Amino acid sequence: MGCPIIEFVDVHKSFRNQKVLDGLNLRIPRSKTTVIIGRSGGGKSVTLKHMIGLMRPDLGQILVDGEDIAALDGEDLDRIRRRFGMLFQEGALFDSLTVADNVGFPLVEHTALGREEIRRRVSELLRTVGLPGVEEKMPAELSGGMRKRVGLARALILEPEIVLFDEPTSGLDPIMADAIDRLIRDTQAESGRTYVVISHDIRATFEIAHHIAMLYEGRIIAEGSPDEIRRNPNPILAQFLRGTADGPIQVQ
Amino acid sequence: MTALLELFGRLVVGWIEEVGRTSLFLADTVRSAARSLPRLRLVFQQMEFVGVRSVSVVVLTGTFTGMVLALQSYYGFRKFGAESLVGTTVALSMARELGPVLTSLMVTARAGSAIAAELGTMRVTEQIDALTVMAVDPIRYLVVPRILAGLLMVPVLCVISDFVGVAGGYFVGVKLLGINSGVYVANTIKYVELMDVFNGLVKAACFGLILTAIGCYKGFYASGGAHGVGRATTEAVVLASVLILISDYFLTAIMY
Ligand SMILES: Nc1ncnc2c1ncn2[C@@H]1O[C@H](COP(=O)(O)OP(=O)(O)OP(=O)(O)O)[C@@H](O)[C@H]1O
Ligand SMILES: [Mg+2]
Repeated sequence: MGCPIIEFVDVHKSFRNQKVLDGLNLRIPRSKTTVIIGRSGGGKSVTLKHMIGLMRPDLGQILVDGEDIAALDGEDLDRIRRRFGMLFQEGALFDSLTVADNVGFPLVEHTALGREEIRRRVSELLRTVGLPGVEEKMPAELSGGMRKRVGLARALILEPEIVLFDEPTSGLDPIMADAIDRLIRDTQAESGRTYVVISHDIRATFEIAHHIAMLYEGRIIAEGSPDEIRRNPNPILAQFLRGTADGPIQVQ
Repeated sequence: MTALLELFGRLVVGWIEEVGRTSLFLADTVRSAARSLPRLRLVFQQMEFVGVRSVSVVVLTGTFTGMVLALQSYYGFRKFGAESLVGTTVALSMARELGPVLTSLMVTARAGSAIAAELGTMRVTEQIDALTVMAVDPIRYLVVPRILAGLLMVPVLCVISDFVGVAGGYFVGVKLLGINSGVYVANTIKYVELMDVFNGLVKAACFGLILTAIGCYKGFYASGGAHGVGRATTEAVVLASVLILISDYFLTAIMY
């Protein structure tokens, strides 16, 4: 795959006595969209949080362009983080700020742009995610799906080199979900940036992904291009793609 | 009995642990502030919240405290004909002790709890993580402004409390109980030194630091959803109040 932009090397992570990542090895290809699939509670969000230094591994390395961010701190880690944007699973909007201030927040903090220019960019991006005219609303006044799209706009506003999306379309109606999937595909194709997406939507996964990785019991059990994944005989993967309750994956 | 002692012991050890952790947190905060100061807008916002919006409750408690002090000391002093010292007693008690302590307890209840609840909510809804991810130091953005506000505004509130307390005492002593106004004022001025007021303000600043630092610390490390935020809030109020009263003793012992 060439030189991966992010690489997990034998990463272990436990919470108290619950093992979540168990020797995870994962390579995120540069300038592609990688979709991570896996069961609910399987550690996808935890994996994403490791990529940006929100969580630290108990053991192992997380390399971003060859630099181990698990060993970094303070200003060094912030330097890496400025290359990232992230959409949280629950949005994580600042509930004391308006939608416009939320989306414009990274611009205010990290650029010298003037008020007018920030307003303009914020409105434009809000229109792109299908939310024109909500600038002055507070996050509490939005629906779950709207909050998600505001979070999406906030993650994209700085046009970061790497964007992490934690379930960008869960909770959206099918039409809006498709619009967001398209937005992800188009902006990626246009910009050639690295996107990492967590998704439960198998159909959408095959539409947007260049690379798919399945996380199961703390490890990657299958990865490859959409075609390779379709042809992969792994019974766990096959059951997951079929989406049935019968098979090697036990529903407890 | 031993069970009771054990419980008490565990409580004390728990508190000492908390104080240690809060101190470490405070050290982090100082480091953050030293690296780069927070935006003034954020500091002003917090000064408004911690300070300006506490004025009414501080005025109310300060006035009545001054009034009851005058009443109590009057009944006491009358027994040996020292009514003329009521003004002195009220002013000294307010400036040295009740002004700073009452003010900070009221601000703890009003703002310390709100700080813990707000930061706690931001923690459990991943808003603090969102700041971190955007390479905005959450300590600098959230904690430093609040602690600065406490440090600056609680002494200001304390001055207000001292003032209305003395005024309340004057009202009760002179207008209601009939102490001679000239004597009342003269004795107040004669025995109360600027140092008394100043030391009271130093106390107030320390308490302001304590109550905001603990509110921030408890909120910042809250976990476990709405329940966790509730617990953080209660713990912040209890711990800050206890610590204010304990440190009050030691500050007094050092300063006077
Ligand atoms: N901060 C935390 N403290 C303790 N346990 C945690 C924490 N974060 C995650 N976990 C545990 O780690 C496991 C994986 O969680 P994670 O959020 O990564 O799941 P997920 O794959 O994103 O699931 P979903 O698809 O439902 O979002 C869960 O069992 C969860 O209980
Ligand atoms: Mg998740």
